[in-house]
Amino acid sequence: MVMTNLARRGAANLLPAVMIGVCAFVVFGPLTNLFLWAFAEKWFFPARYPTEFGFDFWHRVFRPRAGAWTSLFSSVWIALATVGLSMMLAIPAGYALARLVLPARAFIMLIFLLPQAFPSLPIFVNIAQMFYGLGLNGTYTGVVLVHSLPGLVYAVWIATAAFAAVDRTMEEAARNLGAGPMRTFRDITLPQAFPGLVAASIFVFLDSIDEFTGTFFVGTPDISTLPILMFNASMGGNYQIASITALILLVPSIGFMLVIERFLKADVLSRIGR
Amino acid sequence: MPTADASSSPLRGILPGLVLIFPALLAIALLYVVPLARSVVFAFVDADGGLTTAHLRTAVELYGRDVVFTVLVALASLMLISVVSIAIAGYLTLGATPWAVTALRWLYRWPLFIPFIVAGQTARNFLARNGLMNSLLIDSGLMDPATAQSLLDWRGLVLTFAWKQVPFVTLLLAGAMASVDRSTVEAARNMGAGRLRCLIEILLPQVRGTLLVGLILSLVTIMSVLSVPMMVIAGNPTMMTSMMAHRVTYYGDYAVANALGLFSYLITAVAAYAYLRMTLTQHNEGAR
Repeated sequence: MVMTNLARRGAANLLPAVMIGVCAFVVFGPLTNLFLWAFAEKWFFPARYPTEFGFDFWHRVFRPRAGAWTSLFSSVWIALATVGLSMMLAIPAGYALARLVLPARAFIMLIFLLPQAFPSLPIFVNIAQMFYGLGLNGTYTGVVLVHSLPGLVYAVWIATAAFAAVDRTMEEAARNLGAGPMRTFRDITLPQAFPGLVAASIFVFLDSIDEFTGTFFVGTPDISTLPILMFNASMGGNYQIASITALILLVPSIGFMLVIERFLKADVLSRIGR
Repeated sequence: MPTADASSSPLRGILPGLVLIFPALLAIALLYVVPLARSVVFAFVDADGGLTTAHLRTAVELYGRDVVFTVLVALASLMLISVVSIAIAGYLTLGATPWAVTALRWLYRWPLFIPFIVAGQTARNFLARNGLMNSLLIDSGLMDPATAQSLLDWRGLVLTFAWKQVPFVTLLLAGAMASVDRSTVEAARNMGAGRLRCLIEILLPQVRGTLLVGLILSLVTIMSVLSVPMMVIAGNPTMMTSMMAHRVTYYGDYAVANALGLFSYLITAVAAYAYLRMTLTQHNEGAR
């Protein structure tokens, strides 16, 4: 009796166990391969696994003149500047879209949706051609501007949702008690919308750190970000360096996955796009 | 003066909003609307400024195969994405083994947060003939070493796109399925319907709209990503994105690149049109 019960429960758990195993293989298999390459000292065909592990390539990547530090700093500076520019434009725009009377509001929201609704590659190609005429190709300004296009779209959407989620009655109470519109915004609206705005900034930052296409057309060969460094290493067959750079790129992304739910609350999430 | 008041007060009402939104709109105009217009216009303008269809003809002649390849890869990816997302979201909603549901919920999201460029690099390693996938399959006895082959062709593209996009579509689908009224599902279960039947006949029709939105956004992504095709496959035929970049970086030929871009807009527009028609018919049916 007990045996058959156990057997039945075992059978009922077998199928889900196989399914979870397959999923884990599909999700983590490629990532495991990345780890192996990052720490593989020697891995030559026909060896199926690395024959020697070590940190040799990490030293090589982070050698003072190897270019990894330059790319890392470029990436971070560009991302911070992109966040600054995008949020500077998106906070007033999001407030206006969420709170103020605007003609053709639906149309304006649509304009901020369009860049995500059509393939972006021709856009980047034409931005590059325009920037070439303006002397912006191969400059940090040019790369920050091209990163700000997707950045602005995310920022405006999330900022609008964040301001829309702020409790109106508290703003009205502050105004009734004699606070001016600026003071109400600074003391009441902004603190409540703050987590949403932080989430927007994180989104923009990550999007910029991971951005490849725009940098490829506007920045190269003068400006090398981490994705560009990784791409060049990979195309050059230098899998160790490519994998190490890829691991560095994963750090902010995975970190973000772990903290995002703290900043992007359900009440903001449900208002995105409205 | 009531007339003056009537004409100035509506403007005064919208003025603060316009002032606040103007810088962002200007940025979108310069960084998006102008390049978009250029990409369409310069697909039809020749060196002397006259109108021409020569670029389009060159694009079809040189890259017709790549356009067809792109469409087929996109369709195959979208099919794989739908099947896997429906299966995962369905299991998350209807699954009977609590530990497996929890494990799956934790597992499926990972690729969502991994940049495309990293996904391209991992695929390039993992799917190669002597990559880790074949090594593990051979060592576990599931594969004969002689039959090991590289998946770095259209299959690699489909797998990589699906790997990246399945979590996104699943996230949307699972959310939509969670908000579906459970009572119909319970009723069907009580009358003896299997889980699979509940998923296909009850849940799926109610979340069809969400699935389509997820697939269209995935299509736009597939048509925009440059790093994955460049890293996963070498040679011809390849994705249009790769060919546009090739045309620009090797020949400085923006006109043919723009003509190719026009095709990628058209493909997405067809998908968006199909979606709109489908939702409109649904609305009309609902109104009847």
